[in-house]
Amino acid sequence: MLAVESLGFGFPGRAVGREVTFGLADGEVMCVLGPNGGGKTTLFRTLLGLLEPQEGEVRLEGRPLGAYARQAIARRIGYVPQGHAGQFAYTVREVVLMGRTAHLGAFAAPGRADREVAERALALLGLETLAERPITQVSGGERQLALVARALAQEPRLLVMDEPTASLDFGNQVRILRRIRALSEHGISVLFSTHDPDHAFLAADRALLLAEGRMIALGTPKDVIRPDTLARMYGVEVEVVPLAGGGHTCLPAMTG
Amino acid sequence: MSVRRASYLVAAAALAGLAALAFGLGRYPISVPELFTLLGAKLTGSEHALSSTAETVILQVRGPRVLAAMVVGAALAAAGTAYQGMFRNPLVSPDILGVSTGAALGAVLAIFLSLGILMTQAFAFAGGLLAVGLVYAVGSRLRGHDPLLALVLTGVVIGTLLGSAIALLKYLADPYNELPAITFWLLGSLAAITPRDLASATPAALAGLLPLLLLRWRVNLLALPDDEARALGVDTRRLRVVVVACATLMTAAAVAVSGIIGWVGLLIPHAARLLVGPDFGRLLPLAMLMGAAFMLAVDTLGRTAASIEIPPGVLTALIGTPFFLWLFAVARRTW
Repeated sequence: MLAVESLGFGFPGRAVGREVTFGLADGEVMCVLGPNGGGKTTLFRTLLGLLEPQEGEVRLEGRPLGAYARQAIARRIGYVPQGHAGQFAYTVREVVLMGRTAHLGAFAAPGRADREVAERALALLGLETLAERPITQVSGGERQLALVARALAQEPRLLVMDEPTASLDFGNQVRILRRIRALSEHGISVLFSTHDPDHAFLAADRALLLAEGRMIALGTPKDVIRPDTLARMYGVEVEVVPLAGGGHTCLPAMTG
Repeated sequence: MSVRRASYLVAAAALAGLAALAFGLGRYPISVPELFTLLGAKLTGSEHALSSTAETVILQVRGPRVLAAMVVGAALAAAGTAYQGMFRNPLVSPDILGVSTGAALGAVLAIFLSLGILMTQAFAFAGGLLAVGLVYAVGSRLRGHDPLLALVLTGVVIGTLLGSAIALLKYLADPYNELPAITFWLLGSLAAITPRDLASATPAALAGLLPLLLLRWRVNLLALPDDEARALGVDTRRLRVVVVACATLMTAAAVAVSGIIGWVGLLIPHAARLLVGPDFGRLLPLAMLMGAAFMLAVDTLGRTAASIEIPPGVLTALIGTPFFLWLFAVARRTW
């Protein structure tokens, strides 16, 4: 699906990260963990083709990302940015419909089939009752869900989500993580970032640990999310506790 | 849904009513049956019983003026709608972005050089494009400020600069031939409209409108942050260039025949958005209907209310200024 080879990324005149190498298979879920300013968002923007790679290469379905037109990338990769309100009172339904743009001709407006796809995306995230509300007047969490629905309406093969759980309450966080697993079962790959290592344990097949733009570790959450790697990334002491059901959770030490 | 449909119907009915009124009112009153008799006769090529004065008033004097008011109003409203969506900013308009002043500078230069109406339009277009490019380039580089404020203030400053260039041209102009023409035209007026003006402004306005109508869905995505619009598959740079060119062409087409008439491009898209929401495909037609009706009302009022003509720019400013202040003060949640 996606292959990243010795990637260096950043802005013109300012390198943010380098030597990032990983691959993402169909239906695989990868979680990117790292401290604030560690380069997660910049990495995602480069993978979406919004920033040119500074070195190395990103290959999408075997071809270099640069060989795709903007619209061709958008038919394959959906993007859930960190939420924002915007200036205009588009309804939640209109926002989700915007996800269909990549499937439309330049002069076309969304038709009946596009509206059905958008309705399904709204329903999957439980947004039916909010569909006619202006996006400027819903809560931050609801807006975040609408942006996820918009990315689903894109019908992508890969979903890139930048801190999708950041502004959500606990229930909606769980719903998003479940949605990520369900997408993976349908063969859709997901790349998401989070500040909560527990989310990697819950939803990800593999975790990529990123600090100061370098890869610290890459592997299954159980293998790479350890007290030493967490201490290296976040500078705090954390215990990784095995749970009865086979899962793990991170428990920070409150003294020291 | 019903509010939306009613908005279109009411705006279209108001426009038709105002057009009939505008044809009828004036020093030589024309009744609606007379108007239809003449138009019917002209269409079928048959004879009619109206006086030749009535025919001249309808076809040569009031007709071009009524149509020009509608074209100018619709063009300014459409341009304002496009600029507002594109700059993600409900407070911008051709006049605030300096486009009108830039177009005016181009047109004044053309008058100064005694060029014809087509060249005046071309100069107005170039001037408008230059102004909006300059405002956007400077405004978006002013980091650390509220981007809305930066854009509006840059527009005001660039507008002042271009205004002083206009003043210089007035100073240099021949005081007997060119200066009166420039001054009269800068005041903004539809009084001197000829059928030829109309014949050159309408195609230019339509040429600007057609791409906007075709791209109506995509223009919505320009309201998103650039990254998001691109991630959704829109080549924002190219689309932005097309939309700016179209909106500026429409502004220039209007400015070249009517002079500077402020406020329509800010006021009307806003009012229309309150009625049908921000979706560009729904907003554009309503804004054009309302812009045409508004301009027609203002022009008809201006030429009939007093014994002398009140320039339409004066009336739009009287309505527009309090509206703008109201927007700044309270309306943040309404757009």
